[in-house]
Amino acid sequence: MIDLILNQTLNGLASASSLFLVASGLSIIFGVTRIVNFAHGSLYMLGAYLAWTLVGRFGPADALGFWGGVALAAVLTGLIGVVIEVLILRRIYQAPELFQLLATFGVVLMLQDVTLAVWGAEDKLGPRAPGFRSFVVIFGNRFPTYELFLIAVGPIVLLILWLLFQKTRWGTLVRAATQDREMVGALGVNQRLLFTSVFAFGSMLAGLGGALQLPREAVTLHMDLAMISEAFVVVVVGGLGSVTGAYLAAVLIGILHAFGILIFPKITLVLVFLVMAVVLVVKPYGLMGKAPVGHSRAHGPAEPLLLPADGATKLAGLIGLLILALAPLATPDHILVTLTELVIFALFAASLHFMMGPGGMASFGHAAYFGLGAYGAALAVKWLGAPMEPALLMAPFLAGIAGVVFGWFCVRLSGVYLAMLTLAFAQIAWATAFQSVDLTGGDNGILGVWPSAWAASKTAYYYLTLIICAAAVLALRFTIFSPFGYGLRAARDNALRAEAIGLDVVRIQWVAFAVAAFCAGIAGGLFAFFKGSVFPTYMAIPRSVDALLMVLLGGVQTVSGPIIGAFAYAGLHEQLMKATMYWRFGLGLSIVLLVVLFPRGLVGTALALRERWGRGGSERTATLAEVKP
Amino acid sequence: MTAMLEIAGLDAYYGRAHILQGVSFAMNRGEVLALMGRNGAGKSTTMKAIMGLVPPAAGSVTFEGQRVDGREPFEIARLGIGYVPEDRRVFSELTVMENLSVAQRPARSDAPHWTPERLFALFPNLGRMRDRPGGAMSGGEQQMLTIARTLMGNPRLVLLDEPSEGLAPVIVEEMARTILALKGEGLTVLISEQNLHFAGNVADRAAIIEKGIIRFTGTMAELKANDAVRTQYLSV
Amino acid sequence: MSAVRPAQIATAASSSEPVLVVRDLAKAFGGVRAVDGVSFSVLPGTMLALIGPNGAGKTTCFNMLNGQIRPDGGEVLLAGRPITGLKPRTVWRMGVGRTFQITATFTSMTVRENVQMALISHAGEIWSPLGRARDRHRDEADALLAQVGMSAQAERACGVLAYGDLKRVELAVALANRPRLLLMDEPTAGMAPRERIELMALTADIAAAKGIAVLFTEHDMDVVFTHSDSVIVLDRGRLIAHGTAQEVRQDPNVRAVYLGSGATSGGH
Repeated sequence: MIDLILNQTLNGLASASSLFLVASGLSIIFGVTRIVNFAHGSLYMLGAYLAWTLVGRFGPADALGFWGGVALAAVLTGLIGVVIEVLILRRIYQAPELFQLLATFGVVLMLQDVTLAVWGAEDKLGPRAPGFRSFVVIFGNRFPTYELFLIAVGPIVLLILWLLFQKTRWGTLVRAATQDREMVGALGVNQRLLFTSVFAFGSMLAGLGGALQLPREAVTLHMDLAMISEAFVVVVVGGLGSVTGAYLAAVLIGILHAFGILIFPKITLVLVFLVMAVVLVVKPYGLMGKAPVGHSRAHGPAEPLLLPADGATKLAGLIGLLILALAPLATPDHILVTLTELVIFALFAASLHFMMGPGGMASFGHAAYFGLGAYGAALAVKWLGAPMEPALLMAPFLAGIAGVVFGWFCVRLSGVYLAMLTLAFAQIAWATAFQSVDLTGGDNGILGVWPSAWAASKTAYYYLTLIICAAAVLALRFTIFSPFGYGLRAARDNALRAEAIGLDVVRIQWVAFAVAAFCAGIAGGLFAFFKGSVFPTYMAIPRSVDALLMVLLGGVQTVSGPIIGAFAYAGLHEQLMKATMYWRFGLGLSIVLLVVLFPRGLVGTALALRERWGRGGSERTATLAEVKP
Repeated sequence: MTAMLEIAGLDAYYGRAHILQGVSFAMNRGEVLALMGRNGAGKSTTMKAIMGLVPPAAGSVTFEGQRVDGREPFEIARLGIGYVPEDRRVFSELTVMENLSVAQRPARSDAPHWTPERLFALFPNLGRMRDRPGGAMSGGEQQMLTIARTLMGNPRLVLLDEPSEGLAPVIVEEMARTILALKGEGLTVLISEQNLHFAGNVADRAAIIEKGIIRFTGTMAELKANDAVRTQYLSV
Repeated sequence: MSAVRPAQIATAASSSEPVLVVRDLAKAFGGVRAVDGVSFSVLPGTMLALIGPNGAGKTTCFNMLNGQIRPDGGEVLLAGRPITGLKPRTVWRMGVGRTFQITATFTSMTVRENVQMALISHAGEIWSPLGRARDRHRDEADALLAQVGMSAQAERACGVLAYGDLKRVELAVALANRPRLLLMDEPTAGMAPRERIELMALTADIAAAKGIAVLFTEHDMDVVFTHSDSVIVLDRGRLIAHGTAQEVRQDPNVRAVYLGSGATSGGH
């Protein structure tokens, strides 16, 4: 028994090292640039692929060839980081943080296709490291020496980072910029150079993490998203901005994984989830993290006034709804199918908008609730033999319950912390569906989820979808203007003031989170019967990003925006998929261009233009804009 | 002799609000100028625009004969303009010594050269807490640290945004002595201020800003003699 | 500047029980005693100023009264009921209104909606998902805005108001729950001298008329000496003086640690 425990502990420590390298890079970059680099997992993957190529070329048997290849892969990844920073990130440091996150996700999509084009879809197996090919016998178990080497890498890198940050001028500047980058610039420090160097350094750490995995596991195209979601968990558990915290959390997660395989071999992530939950209950900002400072200081202009729709807008909405209602009379079935999907996505987007816009809580894992809705319906059909009607009722409840549980944790954080946590929960939901083959069929999904006979025709199902979705969207809209909706906005605008007039901010946001999950579940349930099947990909990261794009395209602070955004985005997506095999690259590039060209979003840009033209008119008075604490 | 700092027709927006509407004034070497006006009148924005932290939409900022508008804040700082923001913004996790080291620049021939030891002579309190993190200091101590930090860049012109705001009267008196000491070193100082008593103690001249427009410039004695200007723009 | 205040306020107050009683309040951060055994009380309809050097513990003391920080020791009584260590929202429900040093309003709402929000919360209607919030408590909100002289700007967004006006909105919001006690953290920070006097005169009038006890921190000695019925002075977490403005001003200890010579802070 004791040898098993020791063995798994060593395994866990070994796997923690790469995780730590990636997470610490992510954390350092975030500290200075305030950008959560979604593409950090992609840099890790590139590091591994580059090492595979370079080591192969330099000669894997030779120590210099191997280690030279690993080191060069790390350096090249750092240089790729420089290119990304200079071409993209440098232009969007002033953009809202969600747009920054989206842009880096665009980079993820682009790098996926670049990697696919360069290295192909097949998994790559790396050589073993020269000098570390043997085993040592510990408690009667054979333990690879390379694992022992990896165990040592973590603390060594931690020590180097500590020395770098505490003992060098560059480190002092980085720590200063982490607190107040504008002030650092005003004191004569070249920020641009500092930012680029930090991004390059963080990218190099990710690349090194990937390269060091080469002798340990196969290099695949899925390494990026798998790593980034784990790195998010590590950073959230360890505390954003704390390198020591990242190490502790990486070790904790690594060991949990190692033991999880023994205890719950099918759902190792459940254990990770439980530990993450415990940590966040005790320390909401992670083991070594601190509550974000300076958040009370307003960033950028205030949110605009939210006014109820005027007559013209109401009329336009009514006409739109009427057109949708009359559509089946004039359109062929295949367009009706597309319309059904669009209507479902409109509700999905509206549900995310509810928590993001008035609620101010950006979710990067909203697909979890869409997917859970779909699984709720499908599981009811498969295991309970339920017909469509009760199954559709099951859908929002499964999603809503998950929203209540996950939301309880999420609403205790804010901003990017919250976004990262939502993503981590979505990954857990995805992995659970993926791993519980007995229950969900795993990757094969659940098939044969068909509507009842009366709703089987395309037209009938379209009307069913339209009625349910329109009712749900309108209900969300009414709620936004109700006392509860106002309370939600109050909590977003100024949490301190909201508490000071008796509002329970956390509870209000929790309820909003659950409502958003519930509505996403409705959409998911409808989607399950629409497709006739359910797969884990319904909960995967790309689907969450779809929802975000729809909301951001339409504009976060307009109530009708997400619906328009849903229609616009779904159209674009479909066209791209038809046009090219490398549609991910096209989509990623579109996202990046969108953010770089319109750093304030389409609606924000339109508003800014209107302001520019309208300047000099009404609001000539100086305002409190310049009043700061 | 040309002015050290010359601001002409400066326009700046903050979102929709037109904060600066053609601000113009000039500063001579070695003087202390008080930029006075109500909250929201444009004092802080003027300083940020000089520093490049708020991009001017129109107009020019000329420092020692060189146009600096449109440049990056770090370049402007390196030319010899030091900025002390009103909300202090010390690096709370860094020690006093580290705070100073962030701003350290090479010595220049045309400005006093500051070292930590010289600064500790000016601010004895800071010398006693060299290894204390900025976040563990009181408001008054932080205010002194931000000034000391800015001086580490060996500036010729120092912008002090509301140096007396939110400080106890005794600390305000110390602040006045500090500003006069900087003047004694030959530095040129621009302060933004609402407190006429304070400005009267340290400034040679005053410029009054109201809704983004300079309404008055003159010596402190002229301002004190002009009741109409004081009541109209300073609400005293 | 004169330090005389309308006499009826003092007389209205003198006979009543204190609204706020603070006994032996204490809080330490990492071994440093930020607030160390502070006791005082405030009578209804009177204004008590809390002054002291930066870092003396004023903000900590304030935040223990409004529920943002839990005290290590001592007790806080509001009209005889303990509110020690309760959450901010509970403290508010028990009748404590507050304004912030940095104005805190809901920027995506109009001036009126800001007040309506507080009234909706006071009426316990926050969980209602039905009906339009804009239509609720409109008249009451307008009455409060009239009281602070903000009726004309009721439809404007808080984000575009002048600073002094924003302070008035905060006052209206703070009055929405009909508080017994008003806590004001540096209420006049960042305002012009005349605006300061106007805001505090308005506050004093409302406090006197409604019998509200007011506790405020302040660095402007003109405001303190003109608008306080009594003054307490905090230094290094301890109460070093307590008395009328005149008494505190003469106290040599207070002059040494806080007031200084008066050269830069006004004519006293």
